[in-house]
Amino acid sequence: MSKLTPVLSAYWDQADSFTIAGYKRNGGYTAVEKALAMQPDEVIQLVKDSGLRGRGGAGFPTGNKWGFIPQGDNKEHYFVVNADESEPGTCKDTPLMMANPHVLIEGVIIGSYAIRANYAFIYIRGEVTHVVRRVQQAIEDAYKAGLLGKNILGKGFDLELVLHVGAGAYICGEETALLDSLEGFRGQPRLRPPFPAIAGLYAKPTVVNNVESVASVPAIVNNGVEWFTSMGTEKSKGFTLYSLSGHVNNPGQFEAPLGITLRQLLEISGGVRSGHKLKFWTPGGSSTPMFTDAHLDVPLDYEGVSKAGSMLGTKALQIFDETTCVVRAVLRWTEFYKHESCGKCTPCREGTWWLVQVLKDLESGKGTEADLDKLLDLCDNIMGRSFCALADGAASPIISSLQYFRQEYLDHLSAGTCPFDPAAATLFESVGVR
Amino acid sequence: MSIQELGTEQKVEMITCVIDGFEVTVPKGTLVIRAAEKLGIQIPRFCDHPLLEPAGACRQCLVDIEINGRAFPKPQASCTIPVETGMIVKTQLTSPVADKAQKGVMELLLINHPLDCPVCDKGGECPLQNQAMSNGRGESRFEGVKRTFEKPVAISSQVLLDRERCVLCARCTRFSEQIAGDPFITLNERGALQQVGIYEDEPFNSYYSGNTVQICPVGALTGTSYRFRARPFDLVSTESACEHCASGCAMRTDVRRGKTLRRLAGEDASVNEEWNCDKGRWAFKYEVAKNRISTPLIRDANGQLQEASWPEALAAAAAGLKGVRAGVLVGGRATVEDAYGYSKFARVTLGSNNIDFRARLHTSEEADFLASVPTSVTYTDIDKADHVVLINFEPEDESPIVFLRIYKQVHKRSIKVSSIAAFTSRGSEKLNANLIKTATGDEVSAINSITGLTGKSVVLVGERAAETPGALSAVAKLISSSGAKLGWIPRRSGEMGAISAGALPNLLPGNRPVSDAAARVDISTAWAVDSLPTTPGMDTQEMINSDLQALVIGGVDPMDISADAKVKLAKKFIVSLEIRQSDITEHASVVLPVAAVVEKSGSFMDWQGKVRKFEAAVEQSLNRSDVRILSILADEIGKPINLPTVKAARAEMESLGAWDGARSTMKSVTASANTSVSGDEAILTSWRNLLDKGSLQDGEENLAGTARASVAVISKSRASFLSVKENDLVRVSNNYGAVTLPCVIGDIDDSSVWLPRNSSNSQLIRNLGVVGNSIVKVAKA
Repeated sequence: MSKLTPVLSAYWDQADSFTIAGYKRNGGYTAVEKALAMQPDEVIQLVKDSGLRGRGGAGFPTGNKWGFIPQGDNKEHYFVVNADESEPGTCKDTPLMMANPHVLIEGVIIGSYAIRANYAFIYIRGEVTHVVRRVQQAIEDAYKAGLLGKNILGKGFDLELVLHVGAGAYICGEETALLDSLEGFRGQPRLRPPFPAIAGLYAKPTVVNNVESVASVPAIVNNGVEWFTSMGTEKSKGFTLYSLSGHVNNPGQFEAPLGITLRQLLEISGGVRSGHKLKFWTPGGSSTPMFTDAHLDVPLDYEGVSKAGSMLGTKALQIFDETTCVVRAVLRWTEFYKHESCGKCTPCREGTWWLVQVLKDLESGKGTEADLDKLLDLCDNIMGRSFCALADGAASPIISSLQYFRQEYLDHLSAGTCPFDPAAATLFESVGVR
Repeated sequence: MSIQELGTEQKVEMITCVIDGFEVTVPKGTLVIRAAEKLGIQIPRFCDHPLLEPAGACRQCLVDIEINGRAFPKPQASCTIPVETGMIVKTQLTSPVADKAQKGVMELLLINHPLDCPVCDKGGECPLQNQAMSNGRGESRFEGVKRTFEKPVAISSQVLLDRERCVLCARCTRFSEQIAGDPFITLNERGALQQVGIYEDEPFNSYYSGNTVQICPVGALTGTSYRFRARPFDLVSTESACEHCASGCAMRTDVRRGKTLRRLAGEDASVNEEWNCDKGRWAFKYEVAKNRISTPLIRDANGQLQEASWPEALAAAAAGLKGVRAGVLVGGRATVEDAYGYSKFARVTLGSNNIDFRARLHTSEEADFLASVPTSVTYTDIDKADHVVLINFEPEDESPIVFLRIYKQVHKRSIKVSSIAAFTSRGSEKLNANLIKTATGDEVSAINSITGLTGKSVVLVGERAAETPGALSAVAKLISSSGAKLGWIPRRSGEMGAISAGALPNLLPGNRPVSDAAARVDISTAWAVDSLPTTPGMDTQEMINSDLQALVIGGVDPMDISADAKVKLAKKFIVSLEIRQSDITEHASVVLPVAAVVEKSGSFMDWQGKVRKFEAAVEQSLNRSDVRILSILADEIGKPINLPTVKAARAEMESLGAWDGARSTMKSVTASANTSVSGDEAILTSWRNLLDKGSLQDGEENLAGTARASVAVISKSRASFLSVKENDLVRVSNNYGAVTLPCVIGDIDDSSVWLPRNSSNSQLIRNLGVVGNSIVKVAKA
């Protein structure tokens, strides 16, 4: 277990880790005192220096994002936390908020102070009612403890924190769609520019950060830049949560320095389902191009994954062993994107509608090899043609699966049916798995 | 959402970029798609519309762009990106990537679009059809199942929606929100099931809804009245002018086999841009109404109208008019040329200044105001205005394109709007207007209270200002003391033209005062007559009340003037020039049939004074403009006016030019004392809703379905005094009669009650004998 660096997840095994008392016992809410004693610009500089990059997928430097907010503009600023975690495979923010909501709140206070926002919002997807309740309670406790509201800790800083519950749309994880939804409209991405830093929520300068990014800030404030930059790789600093799921013996969240490999993570997590071998996996959730067992030693940082042809994304490592039909898996993901396409732009709306129909035929063994080229060409007409990145995410697993498993598609066509036993891929079918 | 705040007068920076190898220089802020148009390069598009804010939704207009050597990694939507210096754009013409991207998007758009072009209204003029041919693949590779919906859905009585045809470009929803201020339609659901929808209890009752049908790039939105009636390629289109109001819209009239099938908004950037209102678009069946008059009629000895030949009818009319004291009522809907014919006919043939175009409440103060106070406001002044003041004028109901123009500036620049009215109408609410709450009759003090106007301020006065003595005098004073620009906006399309044609008792053509000898010499010389009558004539009401023996009347409804007008007119010898049977033809001695607007050529002068000419859209035997008939009648009487054609009338009037002498000065009229009311009494106030019982809207049931409900507006304190709640019936009555309507509780002045002037169950002259500035009783019904 030597590779792990539990910071955010350090106390998840304590029964009361989610309470304010538990958090404080483990040193919680000390960073906010330090931060409020600093100048806001010093806080921004600290985060810039740490090299912390957005943990929501895009990896944009968090401190730079904060620095984009125009200061002295006599406008209200807003700090918004994107907790609309909805991508297949991605499951880090939800357990984080469940086990330790206060670290997020502490990060929100520091971030809001830094960008000079007196209102902050946490936008949580509506389906995770248990998390909503826990964060709601944590906010209430923080207010009672004088950590939110007027004159926080007697330092003259005011902050109102509002929890907003989404209505169940993947697209609301896209930051501008999130802002539309937060304003009460249907969640659809906005035209940029203007960017949220200039005209975000209610057309005011707004920072939108992922839960994990915000929650990482208190530790940086407490332990300093050197401590943080001692972890990770040259351009991808610090620790992060890797979520392993699927055909792995010990699934869950593993906090490790950026740059760890899947081979190392599999060692820590008990390996691929016993008696089976790795077939393919996603480095960062279903929207990132898939990898195979040839990529076990790719360093899982922003640059390493990108160099290998995919994206670090949300570090959601979905593991699939040889029992899995890749066509079926891709079809399932595509059905998700069809269901979640917001409908605003043509390539995504119409493209996912069509892709599902093509993949269904292929999975059931209908079609010819020419249909594979049609499928690829279709993806080419969708990828990079849509309004936001949702459609790119829909096309990525298809393109990458055809890149690595074209023969498997052809096997479906020659067999006239799916050559796999779907039951064999399910966890309850196998022995030795909890 | 950000809105560009471009000052209209600041110097515009020019940007040069390269598109498909050609340099083009355009103002900063110009979108790539628009810059390409300037070079004649047509990039296909659906969601893009030059008057709507960019959406970037359809992705049809993707092009490759590089700026100073740095290329965007993927094609960009040219409808969302402004040009920059050093930008190199490659469209589908020079970039294989852009070309493939566009073909790909087109193929995707078509997978869920039905192939029902042969039965679709849009087929033949469809941007999707056309661009699928120009920028699409020859064949679709889609072999799956298309999305289907139940069809059609009526989103209002006049607009139908076929959801499976929709390409979700959001033009209609953006128009409704950004241009009309009526966000009653919106996109619902998501993914391929996304669709345009209305709120459950609120249909798309916008006065401007027809524009969504016109800008729909596919056949998803269709007009109920036109649906399945014609194919575009069977229609003959004629540019025309709208006859419904003084806004002055350019129109297009589409005719098949002599029958008008539809009318569309024409393009005139300086007037209606590309929009019009639903009345202008969908009210034209009156011209083919069953009670249309096709032959001349003469009243026989038994008092019955009998069909007659033209010579018989003209002889009968001439006999009745010869040697008697007579006058002319022009009506407010005559073309400029026809009004000129009436004006000359009164002076030359009847030898009198007894002529008035005002078929509505009017005063001599108003005639004086129209003759002496110059107006100068144009739509462009509204574009630049810092403050728009509305005086007895509800633009959304009384001149809908003026409303759109003000709304545009409210939306873009948040300009200040003030309104002198009894309550905040829906239009004022949309304009975010500051209400100067005024009971009818109290306008003078309200006008006097206005301060802070500048040379960029615009004061727009409605025709209803004439209903309060002293109001127009106060307006004249306000303009001369503040330096603000003045616009007078009548409702009807013919009123401005009638003023310039001299169809007023105190004015000769070209705004020449009757009382000015030099002006009379001008006209008598041009007309080759020895002299003209020197004393100002009678106005409409005076003529009706007078003992004049005969009247020539064109297009007047006596119920627009006063309750007793019809009875009084019945005693006179009337020559009626009409298109349909009416209250006037019922009593006329001779009826001469004339052409409806689409059947004749002519011109209308809008409220700005801009003249829009039009040619006949429908060719048929009834193509007789009033001026032609008047000229023949004048010949018959023996005092010719020599205006045998519309063209002759236009040429003669143009040769006269405008008066370059001094205008008469306005005699100030003092305000009458304020009326006070108590208990169940109230001061009646009213105006006409855009869609109402107006005779030009006859037979248009789909249009009428979107009219605003007839309601009585009362104040909160009156509601509690009457113990009524919203929607309870109230009865508004006087000695003449009563109107009973559901009430709406609004911010209306406590002393007042508002009723629609001519809507269903509320036709005030018929029901109450008055339209405003009069005391009525309000009771719970």
